[in-house]
Amino acid sequence: MAVDLKSVVTHLEKNFAAEAREFRGQTKLLLSPIHILEASRSLRDQHGVERLAALSAVDYWPERSPRFHIIYEFHSLQHGFRFEVRVPLEGDEPSLDSITEIFPAANWHERELWDMFGIRINNHPDLRRILMPEDWVGHPLRKDYPLGYEEVQFTFNFEEIELRKPRPKD
Amino acid sequence: MTLQQVELTSDDLRHLVSQRALDGETVLLNMGPQHPSTHGVLRLLLELDGETVVNCIPDIGFLHTGIEKNIEAKTYEKSEVMTDRLDYLNTMGNNLVYCLAIEKLVDLDVPARAQTIRILFTELQRIASHLVWLGTAALDLAAMSVFLYCFRERERILDMMEMASGQRMMTTYFRPGGLWRDLPEEFIPTLEQFLDDLPARIDQYEDLLTHNPIFIDRTKGIGVLTEEQALGYSITGPTLRGSGIAYDIRRAHPYAGYENYEFDIITEEGGDCYARYLVRIREMRESIRIIRQAIARLEDGPVRSNNRKFVPPPRSELGTSMEAVIHHFKLWTEGFPAPADSVYVPVESPRGELGVFLEGDGGPKPYRCYWRTPSFVNLQVLPLLSKGHFVADLVAIIGSIDIVLGDTDR
Repeated sequence: MAVDLKSVVTHLEKNFAAEAREFRGQTKLLLSPIHILEASRSLRDQHGVERLAALSAVDYWPERSPRFHIIYEFHSLQHGFRFEVRVPLEGDEPSLDSITEIFPAANWHERELWDMFGIRINNHPDLRRILMPEDWVGHPLRKDYPLGYEEVQFTFNFEEIELRKPRPKD
Repeated sequence: MTLQQVELTSDDLRHLVSQRALDGETVLLNMGPQHPSTHGVLRLLLELDGETVVNCIPDIGFLHTGIEKNIEAKTYEKSEVMTDRLDYLNTMGNNLVYCLAIEKLVDLDVPARAQTIRILFTELQRIASHLVWLGTAALDLAAMSVFLYCFRERERILDMMEMASGQRMMTTYFRPGGLWRDLPEEFIPTLEQFLDDLPARIDQYEDLLTHNPIFIDRTKGIGVLTEEQALGYSITGPTLRGSGIAYDIRRAHPYAGYENYEFDIITEEGGDCYARYLVRIREMRESIRIIRQAIARLEDGPVRSNNRKFVPPPRSELGTSMEAVIHHFKLWTEGFPAPADSVYVPVESPRGELGVFLEGDGGPKPYRCYWRTPSFVNLQVLPLLSKGHFVADLVAIIGSIDIVLGDTDR
């Protein structure tokens, strides 16, 4: 059976109730989180999708619900196509199945999801923060996490700012 | 959002090391983040049995600067300045992929001359990056002189980048819709002089390393990456091609007009440090080929798109045209809006697949900008490659997968 992008899209639509659409020539599929593990297994084993090119998330707080979209960029090297799978996740403390056993490359990406978005990854071999310090509070890439800035220190407010500056822990 | 203090106990870390480490049979050793051969601020927790690496746990994030978050707070044009700071050995490539993503998102055209100059600079940058890699990787293996020679040549590339953009490294030369400005007159002769000199210089590096028995001893058969591992871990770039897989995004998914250029995809069998070394050396020669073609294709013409809704008008028009003043004012105060949808654009950086996922929300600022950086993904394979080797070989392996920590930590 010749594998091309169309057959993959049909397969995901038929078996996993995915919804496909296109923007600027790039195919995007919306997939329910309960199917992601099985879908990626079938992609690798039956459709020659060898690579998980990228994995990240978008936070739509507070405008849209479901709040998170997880973005999987799949790539088939032998058949030469790429497509995106979007997995919507409800709630402020969502969880998602790990696909590390299928695509080992997902390991650090999923740690980054936990670190940056606070998305719990089920059955992950080593779910720790990856970029932020392990005692960090909050998940920086969430939209309700403020960007923050540093106030410029002039002579007139030097003392006041000096008092508020964070100090290393004892 | 509930903020909980996440306390990490030693129990949470116990699964990282073997039982032998807990019994005191093997030694845990901290390497980095200030170790000179970790190419930046990479920290490795090594579990050692004598001098043999039993396990290696990379710890990254020391150079995390939150660029993805910062980009969300700035307009498309303003945030481009930060992209230089990600992979500081591939600044032009970062500008390129960010501009390509914006152009794809808003459907913006780029003139032919700008495309050609973009390719010319990305390939120059690839040579510069490979030169730094060659110098530092050889330096890790105690070949001091190669380092000095490589940096001599790299300096000439940086001079050329300064000539065109005004900056040696943080160029921000490519802009959405084209370039910041055209090449200066003296640029092409300087570049041609450099291209005439470079092949002989690469021969010199090869004389120093390729058949050097010490270098071969230190790299051949060290850190072997099989095809299967490379695909599973999504390895890209010279590291993948060193394992015999001919995948190059410039050929597979051409961008910026790469489909019009003739070049070979370099592969080497073996998958060890030596194969990766050979791939990079031969890639430099291919880049010279591409640059020569780009010079031949360089035609006169504009270097910026004429679409005034996205590209600011030339300075000369501001004095005579009210419309130009309005466009200029709107673009520099508000910025241009992008549709509420997303694109993912990958390019081939010197280290592998550099991808930008860019999502707009109808306004002038990116809603989300995710950087799929090759160093981050390629570094994952380090524990796999280093197991069973000596600590000294680990240094060679880190060098051979060519990581840039600014790229890893973003």
